[in-house]
Amino acid sequence: MESRTIRFVRRGELVSLSNVPPDRTLLEVLREDLACTGTKEGCGEGDCGACTVVLGEARDGGLQYRAINSCIRLAHSIDGLALWTVEDLAGADGSLHPAQEAMVQCHGSQCGFCTPGFVMSLFGMYQNHVARGEPVTRELAQEELSGNLCRCTGYRPILDAAQQMAELPRTSVDEAAIVCQLAALARERDAAAGPYLAPRSLPELLALRAAQPDAQVVAGCTDVGLWVTKMHRQFGRVLDVSRVEELRRVERHDGHVAIGAAVTLTEAFEALVGDRPHLKTFASRFAGLPVRNSGTLGGNVANGSPIGDSMPLLIALGARIVLASVRGERELPLEQFYTGYRKNVLAADEVVARIRVPHPVPGEFLRAYKISKRFDDDISAVCLAVNLRIEDGVVAHAGIGAGGVAATPVRALQAEAALRGRPWTAVAAQAAAAALRSEFQPISDMRASAAYRSEVLGNLLQRYWLESQGLQHVNLESFRIEEALAP
Amino acid sequence: MNAPEKHLAATAPQPATGASHPHESARAQVAGAATYIDDIAEVKGTLHAAPILSNVAHGVLRGVDAGAALAMEGVRGVVLAADIPGDPLLATFVHDEPIFARDRVEFLGQVVGLVVAETVMQARRAARQVKLDIEALPAVLDVREAVKQQSFVLPPVTVRRGDPERGIAQAPHRITGSLDVGGQEHFYLEGQVAYALPLEQDQWWIYSSTQHPGEVQHWVAHALGLANHDVKVECRRMGGGFGGKETQAGHVAVWAALAARKFRRPVKLRLDRDDDFMVTGKRHPFAYDWEAGFDDAGRITGLKLMLAANCGFSADLSGPVADRAVFHVDNAYFLGDVEIVSYRCKTHVQSHTAFRGFGGPQGMIATEALLGDIARHLGKDPLDVRKANLYGIEERNVTHYEMTVEDNILDPLITRLEQDARYRQRRAEIARWNARSPVIKRGIAITPVKFGISFTATFFNQAGALVHVYTDGSVQVNHGGTEMGQGLHTKILQVVADELGVPFHKVRISATDTSKVPNASATAASSGTDLNGRAAQFAARQVRQRLAEYVAEKQNCRPEQVIFAHGQVSGPDALMTWEQLVDDAYHSRVQLWSDGFYRTPKIHYDKHTLTGRPFYYFAYGAACTEVAIDTLTGENRVLKVDILHDVGTSINPAIDIGQIEGGFIQGMGWLTTEQLVWNDKGYLATHAPSTYKIPATGDVPEHFRIALWPEPNPEDNVGGSKAVGEPPFMLAISVWEALRDAAAAARGDAQVRMDAPATAENVLKALKA
Repeated sequence: MESRTIRFVRRGELVSLSNVPPDRTLLEVLREDLACTGTKEGCGEGDCGACTVVLGEARDGGLQYRAINSCIRLAHSIDGLALWTVEDLAGADGSLHPAQEAMVQCHGSQCGFCTPGFVMSLFGMYQNHVARGEPVTRELAQEELSGNLCRCTGYRPILDAAQQMAELPRTSVDEAAIVCQLAALARERDAAAGPYLAPRSLPELLALRAAQPDAQVVAGCTDVGLWVTKMHRQFGRVLDVSRVEELRRVERHDGHVAIGAAVTLTEAFEALVGDRPHLKTFASRFAGLPVRNSGTLGGNVANGSPIGDSMPLLIALGARIVLASVRGERELPLEQFYTGYRKNVLAADEVVARIRVPHPVPGEFLRAYKISKRFDDDISAVCLAVNLRIEDGVVAHAGIGAGGVAATPVRALQAEAALRGRPWTAVAAQAAAAALRSEFQPISDMRASAAYRSEVLGNLLQRYWLESQGLQHVNLESFRIEEALAP
Repeated sequence: MNAPEKHLAATAPQPATGASHPHESARAQVAGAATYIDDIAEVKGTLHAAPILSNVAHGVLRGVDAGAALAMEGVRGVVLAADIPGDPLLATFVHDEPIFARDRVEFLGQVVGLVVAETVMQARRAARQVKLDIEALPAVLDVREAVKQQSFVLPPVTVRRGDPERGIAQAPHRITGSLDVGGQEHFYLEGQVAYALPLEQDQWWIYSSTQHPGEVQHWVAHALGLANHDVKVECRRMGGGFGGKETQAGHVAVWAALAARKFRRPVKLRLDRDDDFMVTGKRHPFAYDWEAGFDDAGRITGLKLMLAANCGFSADLSGPVADRAVFHVDNAYFLGDVEIVSYRCKTHVQSHTAFRGFGGPQGMIATEALLGDIARHLGKDPLDVRKANLYGIEERNVTHYEMTVEDNILDPLITRLEQDARYRQRRAEIARWNARSPVIKRGIAITPVKFGISFTATFFNQAGALVHVYTDGSVQVNHGGTEMGQGLHTKILQVVADELGVPFHKVRISATDTSKVPNASATAASSGTDLNGRAAQFAARQVRQRLAEYVAEKQNCRPEQVIFAHGQVSGPDALMTWEQLVDDAYHSRVQLWSDGFYRTPKIHYDKHTLTGRPFYYFAYGAACTEVAIDTLTGENRVLKVDILHDVGTSINPAIDIGQIEGGFIQGMGWLTTEQLVWNDKGYLATHAPSTYKIPATGDVPEHFRIALWPEPNPEDNVGGSKAVGEPPFMLAISVWEALRDAAAAARGDAQVRMDAPATAENVLKALKA
């Protein structure tokens, strides 16, 4: 079947590509079809950032810039967007963009292979912060560059460059012109059916889902992309939910916030952190920024990896998942969505529509802990989210979600039961820790041994107890020497 | 923070050396315009190859069924051992490694052959469909098991001096210990890649991402049954090497060349990242057992140390790696009565290979562990015990391999760092803080580095270069070294620019090419600038000498009176621009190009007794690192790092600081987050960055200060500089020692066995064991 033409804006011009297979990646299109080899492949799985490019999307009258991994992004998904690669930043006269110039001045490139990806992450930062008059702090630079790996420099010069670029003469993007071009693209969109289906509305999506139950459903493609690059899977037909307007909304209701299934992890965490600011570090430790910019909360939840980090938190928060089909909607507690390893209750004609997360309530004490080999951009060996509501010294409500300890993300029912209705004391915390350890039989793998996982699961509840008592400096996540030494 | 003080534009005034010129490719790299092998425009008809991997760690290979693969879209065929026209073994030194597994597989991931197809994805997809009939045999996966079974790739080596048994028996204190230290994946950002193009008359042009084009040339010629002059190998730059492209690039190039020969078409072989992990060797994991005696000051009076290197299935570079480990057991310390037994163990995993430090880190860490244990055993500050054991100046100054340490700056260097980093005050503060902190414990350590510079195989310490001056006065340099990001080319441009007295931008480098400078050694052992920089300097000096003689003749003066500086040339009578002189000289038929050759003086070494002077000089440094651990989970963070490092007179401070910072962070990764996990079938379960975690931006401590030792190299070396590629890597042993210090604070006793890497799990284990 003929593929729909992919059309996007690059270097101020419209690019049209025909006959691109539905499972071809954006990086393959760039390097092989367009002979633009500036963008590199380092790992082919979205973990090193060498392939980072920036996408621009018309949102609310302006442009939204997102650095993403092109190696696991399907090329068709950029239809209707603007694209920048490392080859698109310098002026016609060869003058470098501040992101590039700062990298030269700060000696930020050694072997240079990761450099194009860093430059594009810096360009994304430039547009999202510098161009808006916001400062680039070292903390921001570390957070937004955590999805880019460099093996040569030790990062210090690159972090310097992130701050240095704001000091150089400003360069701007002609946003109005691009918004105008994108609007024209949206109006003239090739609506023909094809092997890559990217509906714009929920009814359209549900009809296609019912009609094409075999089509591979994708959102940000940050996991499915690896099925293509690493497992060599080929898809005859792809159903991309990421452009469905109704699924891209974050709606605040009385009692809960509803996060559409196609809302990116970046925006979803913004909503969650908005309600619960202390989740900021946990959110920033979820993959790297390019993955959070592409991947969606709905995708993380639907994918159902036992080591996905959003689910333990959502389970602890008592989140509910809404499934939709042409037959209507149904809703269930998130933990009941999973039936086995990467298996769930989704019917052949259903999609995940949104996730409803209750607002904080008075007395709630929530902590989410992640144990991994590397602090940033790693997958949990153990993830534990504990959400207790203490009323008059007694546990009135207990929500505990865990990852890395079973075949699915799970709710710790026994530990919750051990706590519910009991006075919140060290003894209760120990009992809950023991319940947690006996409740799950984790496996040994390359991330950690079963024994370590079990032990730490209980120890994290001990940490939670200490934090609930107001003890400072019991968690390295927030540890700073200067604060620790302050009288 | 560590940014060099001045940023110099390309047109900076002379001299070029000593200035922080940006990397010569920086502007191209940031614009995506620097070309790596996979970026070269493909010649029409190019085919792509993908490896067929063994799925068993050890077994008899009974058959290869490629039927299903051959039926797949785009597949042109397979290449197997039977297709090799030359020697079926690689031309390695030990000559023990088959190009493709033939009747036996010896690790899970061993390459049995290739699938060749029109696109890379077609080839990779089809390679997975090739069925291997393998009868599994018992596999040796553990290095201690290999010692027990005497499973070796090379015979054991013992170095002995004095009477260690007596030194231990008569000592007032004795200690024994064991340690296991993991390997390390190079994780060069650019994976292994080669592109082989057939030329006329059975000649071959190989683009290879390699640290050693000369060896790739030799290996390819050997495999094709040709002479070296039939093969030209070219490499403009690598996207990282770190030792991982010293020999390992050769395999990939040989495979690509064999496929190109079979199909008479250009063939590119770019390994998928996961295949790269599965196929190529890594830093050698080591296991250690020791017994030591020491006096009340903590001074070692006798040491018996066993080092078992996990070499994988073949020798590769394991002999020299294990030798360098033996040479660096002393690190900065005098070992008077010592016995070192080094096992080179054969296991059924990837063949471990060169990696920054080349066994040096694995040698040093054992002694640093011992000194930390001795200090805690005696209740002393580990720094005092380290200082008590340092090499002396007039006595206690001969290494266990009989080399006199002539350039020792250890004591003043460590003492200055101790003061600058406020080590003593901080140690006291940390002790007070730890006493009040129930969960988080902090630790601090200073460890030194003394690293021997030169290839231990003396004959490798030679280099050649070409300097071409064109009629317009522009200059091109070519030399046998390769650029992998370390800034070698930039430094050489600086050296040549100064030698000719021209601005930096007048000089360009060209790709490393076996048809330009032959027989070049690997760019390894930190020697790139020492060897090639001097060769290039000598080549430029000869051109300058000819020009000086030409001017002297015209101006009737001596050649020494002709001054080359600032792009101008002056004699007693007249001043002219460099360009004018070059033009004049050309028309007077003066040779405007030259070669240069350098061999390192003074070095000699007997490989049978492992004694002599294997190193021209030593590079020194020390690091002070503070860490924190979480005693509930074992999680840990590096909080502060201060480094004082010796690069002699820096040719380019920005590049040298970059090597120090990058080396330190890479070493920190080796000892903290980077864990290679093989399962009980010999399957490497950590084979991608999703599971193998090199440091990321968030792991860099906010306080990360580098200072350079202010003295030139006392040996006559290019520009008074010292080699810098590897030595800073080992400064990261301070991270691991600081973690052990923190663990000791939590345990409240002397013994801390903490295997490396210090993952959260290993730290928690160390708290309980």
